[in-house]
Amino acid sequence: MATLGELERTVMDLLWGTQEAMTANTLRDALALAPEGTSEGKELAVTTVLTVLSRLEKKGLVERERDTRPHRYRAVTSREDHTAELMHEVLVTAPDREAVLARFIGSVSESEASTLRRLLGSS
Amino acid sequence: MFWASHFLAALAVVLAWPAPIVLSRAQWPSRSPFTAMVLWQAIALAGGLSMIGAMLVWGLEPLGDNLLEALRGLWDIFANDRPADTLGLVHVFALSAASLLTAHLVFTLFITYARIKGQRRRHRNLLNLLSSPSQTNPATLVIKHPAPVAYCLPGGARSVTVLSDGLMGLLSEDELRAVLVHERAHLSQRHHLLLWAFAAWRSALPWLPTSRLAQRAVNELIEMLADDEAVKQVDHETLVGAIAIVATGSHGPSTPHGLSAERSQSLPDGGMEPDADPDEASLSTVHRVRRLLEPQRPLSGAQSFTALAASALLLTVPTVLLIAPGFLG
Repeated sequence: MATLGELERTVMDLLWGTQEAMTANTLRDALALAPEGTSEGKELAVTTVLTVLSRLEKKGLVERERDTRPHRYRAVTSREDHTAELMHEVLVTAPDREAVLARFIGSVSESEASTLRRLLGSS
Repeated sequence: MFWASHFLAALAVVLAWPAPIVLSRAQWPSRSPFTAMVLWQAIALAGGLSMIGAMLVWGLEPLGDNLLEALRGLWDIFANDRPADTLGLVHVFALSAASLLTAHLVFTLFITYARIKGQRRRHRNLLNLLSSPSQTNPATLVIKHPAPVAYCLPGGARSVTVLSDGLMGLLSEDELRAVLVHERAHLSQRHHLLLWAFAAWRSALPWLPTSRLAQRAVNELIEMLADDEAVKQVDHETLVGAIAIVATGSHGPSTPHGLSAERSQSLPDGGMEPDADPDEASLSTVHRVRRLLEPQRPLSGAQSFTALAASALLLTVPTVLLIAPGFLG
């Protein structure tokens, strides 16, 4: 049985892969076909898909179109924009951020970069 | 008691200002980052202890010859309604300041913890959706992004190292191993706990030179400690190569694809980013590379012993002065 986390991933991959909004039923059918889904061969209940969707909605990743029945869901922004957001968090320097994650190389200022090039050029 | 409060106040001043400045300018920490790390922790702890202690001892002075006796006197005043006329206004003021500072420090520590935890959780949620597990390395996630990026996200059993595919394309197999060993050293040596404590120390007392200098030094020292772990498995040149590629990001594409104009502007090119505050601009990467290019002798046994003994003394003196000033008059 796939965990909720894995299902969230697969659902987001499906939504990111298409421009259109999808209903929970369409998503369930697509999930049954998804090659990476560990739910292969097993039919997921629509309620499970709806649970996953409402979790994603709460996280601000998915929005719901309420003017149709059944409701249709779409990704709020593209995968690339989310990646950019994530990398922005990693790359931007803020003293209060430094404790959140440890980067291999912190931000390098232009002057530090030129000192580095000099150091490495002379070695 | 009186004497002790003056001594603690003097110690607090020394630890808040001259001592951290001297240590931050010293050259030897890059030779023995571990010893320097211990000393910074001792300076921070002893500094906080003597700040609080000085005010506490001063305020309690009329109530007894040592801390226990004086605290009992204070308890009598509060709980048993003994007259408080021995306590002057200055004493009450000092006692209130001591309690406020203690509460402030403890509170900031918890607030910082909650903030860091929350940011890590949000980051992890998004990361789990956007990255895929590495085929070859355990506890490693790969994220599709052209900038050469490597970092670790601590979180107990869920700690992960994250690599961008941009980085993996630029580094050789050995260089990649150097990066991974470096990041895992951060996780296994629990560096995030040090970062947390010193981040809290800084946000609690941002106007003290010691908190700013200590945080910067600790950030640099943990990188050196992790580098030292990496060079146990790869040679120095390999690690320097990896650092050079990531730091200068020279081969990385300058504009990440698939971004809206507004986003790509806010995103730094490769690993480069102009520092907003020139005062904050550190040369930590330069320091790291320098000590890898020309390995220095670690401190001798006697020198390390001196530094560690000084750390122990820094912690013992305020503690002893607080608990047993009766002995000292």
